[in-house]
Amino acid sequence: MAPLLEVENLKVKFALRFGELTAIDGVSFTLVRREKLGLVGESGAGKSVTGFAIINLLSKPGYISDGKITFQGQRLDKLSDEDMRDIRGNRISMIFQDPMMTLNPVLTIGEQMAETVLAHQKVSKAEAMEIALAKLKKVYIPSPEERLRQYPHECSGGMRQRIVIAIALLTDPALIIADEPTTALDVTIQADIMDLMVELCADEDMGLILITHDLAVVSQVTEKIAVMYAGKIIESGPTADIIHTPRHPYTQGLIQAIPGNSEAGRRLNQIPGMMPTLTDIPDGCAFHPRCGLSKDVCQRETPLLLPTDNENRLVACHKIGLKNNF
Amino acid sequence: MNNPQQATHNDALLTIRNLVKHFDISGGFLDQLKWVKGKIKRQRTTVKAVNDVSFKIKSGETLSVVGESGCGKSTLARTVLGLYPPESGEIIYQGARIDDLSSAEMLPYRAKMQMIFQDPYASLNPRMTVARTLEEPVVFHKRARTANDVKAKVAEVMEQVGVDPQWADRYPHEFSGGQRQRISIARALTVDPEFIVADEPVSALDVSIQAQILNLMMDAQEKRGLTYLFITHDLSVVKHISNRVAVMYLGTVCELAPTKRLFESPRHPYTQALLSAIPELGRLKPQRVKLKGEVPTPINLPAGCVFHGRCLYADDRCRNEIPRLLLYDGDVHIACHGVEEKRL
Repeated sequence: MAPLLEVENLKVKFALRFGELTAIDGVSFTLVRREKLGLVGESGAGKSVTGFAIINLLSKPGYISDGKITFQGQRLDKLSDEDMRDIRGNRISMIFQDPMMTLNPVLTIGEQMAETVLAHQKVSKAEAMEIALAKLKKVYIPSPEERLRQYPHECSGGMRQRIVIAIALLTDPALIIADEPTTALDVTIQADIMDLMVELCADEDMGLILITHDLAVVSQVTEKIAVMYAGKIIESGPTADIIHTPRHPYTQGLIQAIPGNSEAGRRLNQIPGMMPTLTDIPDGCAFHPRCGLSKDVCQRETPLLLPTDNENRLVACHKIGLKNNF
Repeated sequence: MNNPQQATHNDALLTIRNLVKHFDISGGFLDQLKWVKGKIKRQRTTVKAVNDVSFKIKSGETLSVVGESGCGKSTLARTVLGLYPPESGEIIYQGARIDDLSSAEMLPYRAKMQMIFQDPYASLNPRMTVARTLEEPVVFHKRARTANDVKAKVAEVMEQVGVDPQWADRYPHEFSGGQRQRISIARALTVDPEFIVADEPVSALDVSIQAQILNLMMDAQEKRGLTYLFITHDLSVVKHISNRVAVMYLGTVCELAPTKRLFESPRHPYTQALLSAIPELGRLKPQRVKLKGEVPTPINLPAGCVFHGRCLYADDRCRNEIPRLLLYDGDVHIACHGVEEKRL
């Protein structure tokens, strides 16, 4: 199957007064239709910037300095702003963390949904409303006709996020990028929303990139995971493999640090220190100052993301890449 | 007291009895006037945040209060510390009532009871250096006599929470989120408290930093014999650090049980739904208990059991009579008619 989205060696830089910062440093991944990819990492790892870069929403001074983004055979990184508008919000939709920030508080749900349809399709206002209604039903909103006439503040947080998802679906996109879609929601609502997203991807034949810091959520939803650290993917592969047999020391530490897996009351495994800021990313492997296994080579050379047991399972670590020579 | 059996325990550090906290949100006099059936009527609107909550915290234990947003857990935490005056009910600390004390009378208790807040960006004064932030409570509560003693005390606590005392002259913005939370913890520890209320202390932090802070809190508890009231929505954190867990829904406690028992065999229908919704790493849940509808507003509380509108097992009794928090099997408290009638 031809990939739906192919990101190759993506680099994103921010041009600042004192020089350029590299926010994303050579990120590559592919996604086929119906496939769900989890982009995982802690704050500042570059997961959201990757999402923004795909739909070319990077605000200045950020820009894509290198790499290729191919979506359904079309190079996105080379598109003009106008052509990009045809893709963004139409064939690729994005869902953000805070639904109250995404929805316009002074328009009714119906008005803002119709607006999106009208921007991309040549239909009448009434037809646009019909499409909106159908999508609200699709995301299981009770009494959708009434909701169309309501304002965002009249809906609960979970309901708002459902509406945001319905808006994302309006133009039948091929890919949805969801940036922390459930972080602001309670667990019971989070579970509902995640179930809904999984169902929609299968029904609507969509790909999903789920950007989150929550490994547990990702492990329930996606088929593939890419773990990011300081602007790079440091490990990727099928979800079950990453969760059960993480190979990179950072992924291992991250999984062991999650409370609830280890024996209650015991000290949690902690990764010492914190993620470097973009201004002072260490030489060699960016993780080496926090890594218990680090050796000289880790301080000198940046490890490449290399296949391990099979070609789907990639790890960027000298310990694994160099094997016995480490 | 809901249950006579509970009253016999004497090892409680803190006892809460029938605590009620409401907030009046009806605004000024003119805002309260409403046009009802041709007449002007004065109407008050109150948010019933905490309703008739009773429990005990034993010395040295960690009691977690969990629940979804708006269930009243933070209000409960603040009311316990006297930051909000309760509408009715009693708060008893080491045998003495503290809910009706004047500020002056409350002062010695304030040093014994400290609070850690969620957002380390908002809870530290940006214009005060770390040293001033930490010295203030020491001086105020007279925990050290001379200026040198104060400095030594602050340095000692900073050391304990893993912040280099050399950084004492820096401002909060120079620290990361995790470091700031360490400073917040240090501020609570400088007055050598016995009891700490922690309101979502790790919710704003990344997983690897969260583990560092939880370890720090567990270490401090062990070394100082602290008692924690831990408020959080994160059930995996709860599972890890607490001895007992109280599950709150719409301002009432629906189940209170030792952590292990609660996670292994939740009995209240809401607890069952809540626990089944936690995403677990790499383990697909076979069956999730799905709730119908949404949490009602705490302005118009449902009659009877607050959960009845969303409960799969509600009957007429649930719709009319408020269930009491009853004791089962020695250490599990459940407020549910279904459990009481043995039909659940």
